[in-house]
Amino acid sequence: MTAFSENWHQILLGFGVTIEMVVVAGVLALVVGSLMAALRVSPIAIGRVIGSAYVRLVRNTPLLLIMLIFAFGLPELDIRPEVSLGSARLLSFNVFFIFATTALGLYTAAFVCEALRSGINAIPLGQAEAARSVGMTFGQTLREVILPQAFRAVIPPIASALIAMTKNTSVALGVGVTEATFVMKKLNNDYPTQLIAIFVGFALGYMVLVALISLVAGRLERKLRIA
Amino acid sequence: MKQAEGLTGAAKTLADAGKIKIGVKVDQPGIGYREPGADAPAGFDIEMGRIIAGRLGIDDDGIEWVETVSDNREPFLQNGTVDLVLASYSITDDRRKVVGQAGPYYETGQQLLIRKDSEGDITGPEDLASVKTCSVEGSTSLARVEDEYGASPVPFATYSECVEQLENKTVDAVTTDGAILLGYAAQNPDELVVVGDPFSTERYGVGYNKDAEGMCDFLNETLQASFDDGSWAETFAATLGKSDVETPGTPTLDPCP
Repeated sequence: MTAFSENWHQILLGFGVTIEMVVVAGVLALVVGSLMAALRVSPIAIGRVIGSAYVRLVRNTPLLLIMLIFAFGLPELDIRPEVSLGSARLLSFNVFFIFATTALGLYTAAFVCEALRSGINAIPLGQAEAARSVGMTFGQTLREVILPQAFRAVIPPIASALIAMTKNTSVALGVGVTEATFVMKKLNNDYPTQLIAIFVGFALGYMVLVALISLVAGRLERKLRIA
Repeated sequence: MKQAEGLTGAAKTLADAGKIKIGVKVDQPGIGYREPGADAPAGFDIEMGRIIAGRLGIDDDGIEWVETVSDNREPFLQNGTVDLVLASYSITDDRRKVVGQAGPYYETGQQLLIRKDSEGDITGPEDLASVKTCSVEGSTSLARVEDEYGASPVPFATYSECVEQLENKTVDAVTTDGAILLGYAAQNPDELVVVGDPFSTERYGVGYNKDAEGMCDFLNETLQASFDDGSWAETFAATLGKSDVETPGTPTLDPCP
């Protein structure tokens, strides 16, 4: 397996970029998804309209297309963000990383939103009515009564959304990001006789990442069960 | 059209059938490019395909142009989807293990396409350190500028997308075979320019199925004839030559195996 032994540094770098995408896009998806879910169940009509429009628009568009819109649309508006936290390759986030990761996070947010909403809807209406009748505001009701119970129910579907997101990072290869699949394609080109081994090796890499997410989700689920 | 005399083997079979399927690129201006809405692609590879078909007595009506991308050229030849491949198809030892490649009919090398506003800042691959350089994902060109010149690699799915990113100033260089870059420069000569000497050697060959008996001899004779009678030079001038490059000398063909 010379393809691996001669290139382990590049392979780790590739998966490093993939993990960065997962973390940044994951946080973005959870934050925006929660906001959109709150809007969708809010008592204000305009909020519900915005929330459901977001979900319909984003969830019904292919991920690659959203990434392409970012990669080709924003430069036309002279928007080219770069963030550098140091000289190391993993510390500088170029414009393509930022575009692709933002697109991935916003796309996944639609799925997170719907998972959260299903959890919220699963809480009997009487609980919200009881909370409101003791004088809680909408925000308090959501925060103190509904969401703690809803979160418990939605851990498995949200974990699924984040797992799908982890694998979706590979789409960013087509819009300029040097993540794990980029390194894989490079090795495929350099080692045409080791194709199968390279495919299997990279698949294993992704499986390890996903296993980590499943592990965290499982822990959370057990912890919140008694609450 | 009349077929050349003395055809044998696979070439004779194609000539008698009066039909040929040629695999070409359709996204490389000057080499093989299909204008939106056009019926047939156009470019240097396409014209060379016509010359070869012409020697078989096959005119445009008998030629089926099949779009190929880099990954499917060998499978298409092996399973008979196409009879020949003329698709900026570099001759390599690894490829010659699985398919036949006659030629070279054109020699080029990896170069850089940049915006005219960065002329002077980027003159060759040595200036690429940390420069965002775009090419097609998984290509040798992209690996070379990353590994040997420290460029910051930007992979996209097609060359056209790379050129778009160059034009909108998100990347500063696009790299691949000079012939392909010249085609893009010719499309937008006010803004884009190819700089520096080639820093690799690519030799374009005509791909054919290894089982096609006598095909290499036929292709070499045809290519040599086009070198000798000037039709090769005319073809070059009418396609790649449009971007202000002089017609190069004719390459020397590899002997058939």
